[in-house]
Amino acid sequence: MIKAILIFNNHGKPRLSKFYEHYSEDTEQQIIRETFHLVSKRDENVCNFLEGGILIGGSDNKLIYRHYATLYFVFCVDSSESELGILDLIQVFVETLDKCFENVCELDLIFHVDKVHNILGEMVMGGMVLETNMNEIITQVDSQNKMEKSEAGIAGAPARAVSAVKNMNLPEMPKNINIGDISIKVPNMPSFK
Amino acid sequence: MPAVSKGDGMRGLAVFISDIRNCKSKEAEIKRINKELANIRSKFKGDKALDGYSKKKYVCKLLFIFLLGHDIDFGHMEAVNLLSSNKYTEKQIGYLFISVLVNSNSDLIRLINNAIKNDLSSRNPTFMNLALHCIANVGSREMAEAFAADVPRILVAGDTMDSVKQSAALCLLRLNRTSPDLVPMGEWTARVVHLLNDQHLGVVTAATSLITTLAQKNPDDFKTSVSLAVARLSRIVTSASTDLQDYTYYFVAAPWLSVKLLRLLQCYPPPEDAAIRGRLTECLETILNKAQEPPKSKKVQHSNAKNAVLFEAISLIIHHDSEPTLLVRACNQLGQFLQHRETNLRYLALESMCTLASSEFSHEAVKTHIDTVINALKTERDVSVRQRAVDLLYAMCDRSNAKQIVAEMLSYLETADYSIREEIVLKVAILAEKYAVDYTWYVDTILNLIRIAGDYVSEEVWYRVIQIVINRDDVQGYAAKTVFEALQAPACHENLVKVGGYILGEFGNLIAGDPRSSPLVQFNLLHSKFHLCSVPTRALLLSAYIKFINLFPEVKGTIQEVLRSDSQLRNADVELQQRAVEYLRLSCIASTDILATVLEEMPPFPERESSILAKLKRKKGPGTVPDIEENRKERNANVNGGTNHTTTTPNAKTSPASFVGDLLAPAPPPTNRPRPVSSSSFLQTPLTPLPSQACAIPLAASAGTFYQVAAAASPDLLGLGSPSPLSSTPPALPPTAASLLIDVFSENSPGAAAAAAAAAAPIAVPAAPVADDNFSSITPESLHVADSILADVQEPTDKFVCKNNGVLYENQLLQIGLKCEYRQSLGRMYVFFGNKTSTQFLSFATSVVCQEPLASQLNVHPKPVDPTVDGGAQLQQIINIECVSDFVEAAVLNIQFRYGGILQNIAVKLPITLNKFFQPTEMISQDFFQRWKQLSAPQQEVQNIFKAKHSMDTEVTKAKIIGFGVALLDGVDPNPSNFVGAGVIHTKTTQVGCLLRLEPNTQAQMYRLTLRTSRDTVSQRLCDLLSDQF
Repeated sequence: MIKAILIFNNHGKPRLSKFYEHYSEDTEQQIIRETFHLVSKRDENVCNFLEGGILIGGSDNKLIYRHYATLYFVFCVDSSESELGILDLIQVFVETLDKCFENVCELDLIFHVDKVHNILGEMVMGGMVLETNMNEIITQVDSQNKMEKSEAGIAGAPARAVSAVKNMNLPEMPKNINIGDISIKVPNMPSFK
Repeated sequence: MPAVSKGDGMRGLAVFISDIRNCKSKEAEIKRINKELANIRSKFKGDKALDGYSKKKYVCKLLFIFLLGHDIDFGHMEAVNLLSSNKYTEKQIGYLFISVLVNSNSDLIRLINNAIKNDLSSRNPTFMNLALHCIANVGSREMAEAFAADVPRILVAGDTMDSVKQSAALCLLRLNRTSPDLVPMGEWTARVVHLLNDQHLGVVTAATSLITTLAQKNPDDFKTSVSLAVARLSRIVTSASTDLQDYTYYFVAAPWLSVKLLRLLQCYPPPEDAAIRGRLTECLETILNKAQEPPKSKKVQHSNAKNAVLFEAISLIIHHDSEPTLLVRACNQLGQFLQHRETNLRYLALESMCTLASSEFSHEAVKTHIDTVINALKTERDVSVRQRAVDLLYAMCDRSNAKQIVAEMLSYLETADYSIREEIVLKVAILAEKYAVDYTWYVDTILNLIRIAGDYVSEEVWYRVIQIVINRDDVQGYAAKTVFEALQAPACHENLVKVGGYILGEFGNLIAGDPRSSPLVQFNLLHSKFHLCSVPTRALLLSAYIKFINLFPEVKGTIQEVLRSDSQLRNADVELQQRAVEYLRLSCIASTDILATVLEEMPPFPERESSILAKLKRKKGPGTVPDIEENRKERNANVNGGTNHTTTTPNAKTSPASFVGDLLAPAPPPTNRPRPVSSSSFLQTPLTPLPSQACAIPLAASAGTFYQVAAAASPDLLGLGSPSPLSSTPPALPPTAASLLIDVFSENSPGAAAAAAAAAAPIAVPAAPVADDNFSSITPESLHVADSILADVQEPTDKFVCKNNGVLYENQLLQIGLKCEYRQSLGRMYVFFGNKTSTQFLSFATSVVCQEPLASQLNVHPKPVDPTVDGGAQLQQIINIECVSDFVEAAVLNIQFRYGGILQNIAVKLPITLNKFFQPTEMISQDFFQRWKQLSAPQQEVQNIFKAKHSMDTEVTKAKIIGFGVALLDGVDPNPSNFVGAGVIHTKTTQVGCLLRLEPNTQAQMYRLTLRTSRDTVSQRLCDLLSDQF
């Protein structure tokens, strides 16, 4: 079972947290910090698995993570999950995000928390894997978007605001970073607060 | 086209988020957030109804704020309202808020459940999915109660859409996990199994997860899933990679589903049906074969997916543990991975091999990889991988390779990460003990361990080495020599000093023949470390010194000098001071015979589970430590186990519970084992006469027994899991007896003093708080004389005022029960003393103390009792009571007995209260009021208004009043909720009539109690007694 899914950036700022077991809000924040601490001190090119922190259950749980440019994707799982399988799942998740957001970057996760939760909800439910077929997931997300569009009448203006925000503080052009066969364009952003 | 258009964000949200991101400091961020929270709060509270868009915007802001780690304590109601919206967007954001922010015990669950119920019955698959997601994510009990029946129905209904089926399966799984009692198996179970045949692979994946969990709990109900799973797996494995279209992931056919199916099969033993079994073996072979094929893609995703299936297949092979060829193939495959360039694969290979090592078919095959694993330990950059390598070395260790593995682990320890050092230390200690062929190697290993990683050597490890050295006399001389040499190092770890102090204190004589390790040299060596050590270690060293005095009379003067120095005798630490004082005194006045008796060598410890193994198990959680013993019985010839019992003297197993008896009974033959008195092989010079003289002193009769007791009573050394029965003895006594000790000794002739010491010493052992050095027979507590114990008088409980039977007092040793009868001014009390231990109480005596003025008001005559109470037995004592006149104080019952040699003093107040001598008086209303009026003098009436301490139950109150002794008069008081009673107190000299009235006020939770009697003291006393009862 997946106990928690955490996304945070290189500075430990949480970008998404989803817990499938109940913890108090304080504990959740502590778990995020602890996990960041454990994961961020590891070199690149070491293995993607490590024992979980004390707060989330210690050595009974494993942290399986991937580091993409500015973001860490961490899944905390118990022994009933296949490590490589979860690694694949992270890849599917990121590829799906990439397709949905068209070259996903950290800002997309910040400004579309609800969408990211939706996409994750199509893949993982109550700590179990719901769907791994990317096309299926995207079909679901698409149909939801269509519904959303048909309902929304007022959604024109904010687009400009978003693009304005995205373009500020960008000293350089985005650079490409290769992950597998997809490339996520990641703006070289100043450090997040 | 991207699935999420970037243009449809919300402007207010975007502005807020960029504000936050531009905040320069944490304070600025908090300020901005608080401003926004205030804004949202006012919007939610405002009169203007918010449209769905605004609600959504604000809820999104709250989600963002929550993600940043701030508490959100409002907005829940708005989110719940969004649930009932007909618009997908609003509904969806409402569900999102709830699944992120609402915890399972929220008050809102009922409202949420209503919305969910509507959505589940909406037949709109999108809404149904949202609802199912919400149930699965919150997963509370209330939700389980509400939907445990609906979800299975949706799951197996023929017309349910595939995506809904998927959600329903996982939703049911979640409910089953959180509240299994609410999700009973039903007729749906059989149909769930058939979902394994579903067309839609997503449904099959979800169903497999569900079935796996259910099958773990009820394997029999889901047996049929095995054949279906094998069939499905076979179709996937043999399919061309394009057959499954979307579920083919980087050229691997449905890797997720394959993994899940292989997991499901691990819930069951190998299939019995030969056809199914053959098909499964074929599948597993195909998977193993595929691993050897050239990759279809160079992408890491391809190899990941392929290997995920492969590792799961290997897990299944190991789980079945029945096909030797498959096991060996699996082992070879893992061997390849051990040297793979992918770190992940090396990690997983090491992990899987750990389980493979416990299979008897493959243990030998695993062992062939020892060099690779050792190499991994040395060269891997990743600590996670190195840790797995340590685990694997531990699992593959047996007698043939123990020396190599232990040596490698020891050398790795020097550079190991701090986080895993303690675990490695435990593992080394266990392996060294388990596979020790000769114990000199064992002693060397442990001393090395302390030298390399002293800080990580837990108490258990050094306790264990001492247990083993004590129990094996062939290694004692070597151990003494080795610790002596190790202590020569200018800086040695404190744990080494402890081991050294203990071992030299016990066996220093074995190397004393060599002038290089003469008694004085040994003492000076130990004492050179003394001042660098912590208090517990110093205490242990002091005990070692007194043992030296016994072993080597020639250093007595030197040691006494040390003990006499101000830094000992006036040490600020009370423990050290006390030891110094007592040891010094003991060494001065006890004869050599007595010293030899008291300070005799420790007897062997009874064999138990290794305390270190217990610790490792505890550290890693049960089941995760591969129990080498269990799995490979043929290799477990534990050197330690077999031979020890032969050296263990028959009475070594004396249980602590019976040691008192042993002490008093004629002593068993002393455990005078033949000691290697001569200088063992490594000493060249002839033995000096003195040590041998010390050893030759005949043992006093009781010494043997005493040491057995000491050994048995040391819980720390004997396996940690089992608390010693003696831990229930009264807490260690405060060390106040130093002066007492001196008195005892100075008042007696040396012989008598020694006898006193010998008698007193055993007494103290159970109470000795410092188990680590209980090899010294005399601990500070040992010389307590029991009179110093002054137990506090136990307050009687009020509970006996209104009743006559019950438990008066109870501690770990003793239970006192009561049964009383009273008639007029006479009473008889039966006191039952129950011995809760299995040990006899000795010198049992009781007395009743009535201090003035009670002595003249109450006569209490206890009948004599037996002086012993057997373990588990009950002793009855009758106490006759006569009430002479009214009284207030309580008589005190003093109980004295010896338990475990320690005198116990208990004092309890006897619940003899004035109301016990009531005779109830029935009277009619008219009489009552007439007498009531007669007793109208101010001092005759006592009134008390007080708050109810218990619930104001009429029946309980009635019972209490009757129990108090008066007659409860119905229909006397015009107010039926009031209680009225009447009675007469009988004393030898007089009788006192008594009327009472109790008026409850349930609203205020108060009572008013009025008592009128012909004596003011009686009124007051009865009022006090009764007021405490309500």
